[in-house]
Amino acid sequence: MSDSIGLLVSVFLASAVEFVEALTIVLAMGMTRGWRSALAGVAAALAALTVTAAVAGYAIAEWLPESLLQLIVGTLLLIFGLQWLRKAVLRAAGLKAHNDEEETFRAELEAGRQAGSERRAGLDWFGFVVSFKGVFLEGLEIVFIVITFGLNADNVPGAAAGAAVAGAIVLTAGVAAHRPLSRIPQNTIKFGVGLLLSTFGTFWAIEGLGVFASDRESLAWPGGDVALVVMLAVWSVFSWSAVRVLRRSDDADRDEDRVVLAAEGG
Amino acid sequence: MRFVRGFGRFWFDFIVGDDWRIALGVVLVLGLGALLVAIDVVGTNVLMPLLAAAIVAVVAASIVLGARR
Repeated sequence: MSDSIGLLVSVFLASAVEFVEALTIVLAMGMTRGWRSALAGVAAALAALTVTAAVAGYAIAEWLPESLLQLIVGTLLLIFGLQWLRKAVLRAAGLKAHNDEEETFRAELEAGRQAGSERRAGLDWFGFVVSFKGVFLEGLEIVFIVITFGLNADNVPGAAAGAAVAGAIVLTAGVAAHRPLSRIPQNTIKFGVGLLLSTFGTFWAIEGLGVFASDRESLAWPGGDVALVVMLAVWSVFSWSAVRVLRRSDDADRDEDRVVLAAEGG
Repeated sequence: MRFVRGFGRFWFDFIVGDDWRIALGVVLVLGLGALLVAIDVVGTNVLMPLLAAAIVAVVAASIVLGARR
């Protein structure tokens, strides 16, 4: 049960963030380079993502025994989730710039206005390529999360549904607003997703070590699914503590700089 | 050759990101875990929480080192 809820929440939130980022790029290209080329880029990226998802999902599900699948996919998910968590901790501690969709949108608009005009296959090539890359790269993260979560929780349709709902909501809001969705608290969501991905990644990767046991069966966590809740608590406390420690040491460094400047000035 | 290198670089950046120490640490902890499971010297009730704690420790070290750079 906690698997299913965690699955839906994680995939929904992670996908929503990625959809918002892709939407910003496509909106900027549509408004500066024309909607035909931007939407053609989106369609091409979606086709490429569908093929990637089908091939990767089928290969992983068919070729690997369950415990090995848990180990490989859990490890990938863990490393991937820890990247999100690390960046979120550094942002919360003030050591890394926050994501700002308005700023990204302005930069993309500027790039769209300044790029030269080159037409290929009847399309504005810059608008097509930038839209394609934006949607493909952000979409690849969604595909990765849907496949890893879906296969490990044995619920690919549930994971795909979580991503589809997120996409539908973001797209509807984006079309209605006709501007980037900068009010969505992306950094907070990324923090939450980083915690969830790290939690499930740790849980599954360690379970999957059972492939090295004599019976090759997945290991069983003491307490079963309760271990997931404990692990989420551990990652949360760890992240909160890391933010506090890093923020304090950053403040101390600034105070030290001020003292040195004052001494040099005086 | 350039395509293969670019393809590998893309997936490395996508999975490992800009802090390779986290990925290396996770792989080392899981490698040690695999060894201990294979030789079956520690019960899973002890081994699994220990490995989880080791992963948290690796990430803590990586974040602190990364922030000090």
